[in-house]
Amino acid sequence: MSKVRVSVGTRKGAFILTSDGKREKWDVSGPHFAGWEMYHLKGSPADPNRIYASQTSGWFGQIIQRSDDGGKTWHQPGTPPGEPPAPGPPKVASNQFAYDASAETGKPLTTHQWYDGTQRPWEFKRVWHLEPSLKDPDTVYAGVEDAAIFRSTDGGENWKELPGLRGHGTGPKWQPGAGGMCLHTIILDPSNPQRMWIAISAAGAFRSDDAGKSWKPINRGLRSQYIPDQDAEVGHCVHHIAMSPLRPGVLFMQKHWDVMRSDDAGDNWKEISGNLPTDFGFAIDVHAHEPETIYVVPIKSDSEHYVHEGKLRVFRSRSGGNEWEALTKGLPQKDCYVNVLRDAMAVDTLDKCGIYFGTSGGQVYASADAGDSWNPIVRDLPAVLSVEVQTLA
Amino acid sequence: MIRVTIPQHLRTLAHVGYEVELDVEGPVTQRSVLDALEARYPMLRGTIRDQVTQQRRPFLRFFACEEDLSHEPSDAPLPDAVASGKEPFIVIGAIAGG
Repeated sequence: MSKVRVSVGTRKGAFILTSDGKREKWDVSGPHFAGWEMYHLKGSPADPNRIYASQTSGWFGQIIQRSDDGGKTWHQPGTPPGEPPAPGPPKVASNQFAYDASAETGKPLTTHQWYDGTQRPWEFKRVWHLEPSLKDPDTVYAGVEDAAIFRSTDGGENWKELPGLRGHGTGPKWQPGAGGMCLHTIILDPSNPQRMWIAISAAGAFRSDDAGKSWKPINRGLRSQYIPDQDAEVGHCVHHIAMSPLRPGVLFMQKHWDVMRSDDAGDNWKEISGNLPTDFGFAIDVHAHEPETIYVVPIKSDSEHYVHEGKLRVFRSRSGGNEWEALTKGLPQKDCYVNVLRDAMAVDTLDKCGIYFGTSGGQVYASADAGDSWNPIVRDLPAVLSVEVQTLA
Repeated sequence: MIRVTIPQHLRTLAHVGYEVELDVEGPVTQRSVLDALEARYPMLRGTIRDQVTQQRRPFLRFFACEEDLSHEPSDAPLPDAVASGKEPFIVIGAIAGG
């Protein structure tokens, strides 16, 4: 019988939630890495027991953790658990994210815009998102702050920047969103290993058609009031992008304000906010089997980061946008003021499709019927930063 | 023998207790002590000093002998009491943020 594993990153540790295919009873393990901010955990599609995790701290910097047994045990890549310290030079480079400014392969480090419009130097701060390869469990991509994309091909032991993105030349126009200047979304095309998408807050969306060597901004159709040229090539605060693996190239975006879609791999975008009560938000995802069924959690505004009217509502569109229905069964409908962050929604691939999301109030909600009804798996975790789901045979 | 204390989260990462003891060759400075610490416990690389710039992470401070040494040059000699092992070199998290 199928099983489901939900990996949850929170402000104060990571949790692994598991259930059988009925998704009614859940086992909870954790906190793993208690006290640390766990920005993101994600399992490898090629080896489901391989999970990568971003453990980070304003005090102690970035740590990469890896599990090879489905989250039971963890180690920093390069230092297997229990191995005695060896003499000689340190060998752990798994938390070394050095921007590639070398003459041979890199791009010059530019500056980027600060909140006040002045220029600041690029500095590595943390890993926001880890995206394991679809085919190779040892290959994984990392989206980092300040915005750049790195790749490891040895299970997370060593990281190398894909400098073509930062070297696009528009870096001085990139600026941090409220959470920092982060690369938070990485999407790999299952039908074309050369094609991938990323998104940066606040620079916008970019696509590579040559496996990450070069990148082009894909922001035509986005309009943003907070930049001088509202239709500019870069500078847009894209919050998240989702794509169904069943239909590569059809993209759904939650921008700072506006829900958008593209039917041509990002070359052009059109707004699909339709009848949403507010189109500010962070999370967006696509039904595993119905590529025109999409989900968002509207948030009141960019200055009030909680759900609208005190009601926690997921909105579902079965028509690819514009017509939305509120999903409320099992969700609090008064006095609720939580937020749902960009990486805190995920779907499983069971039939019926399961939808999951975590809140700033520490609840992780699950729907085993594509959103028609909801139940909390856990109610009282630390604030949830990310939710990822694996459907296991 | 140099004594070094590190914050709780780093003790967990390195699988050590409150205080570690290190052999440091040559002059005892912030740099040589941290080099020895990272060589013995490579999982601490990047957690006290930036991996690339080797600069102290901004929310960490270095104390010894009831003095704040955070802004001393990294190659300046540490107090004799640290070099002799009488007093520990203390890596501590800044109070900011709680």
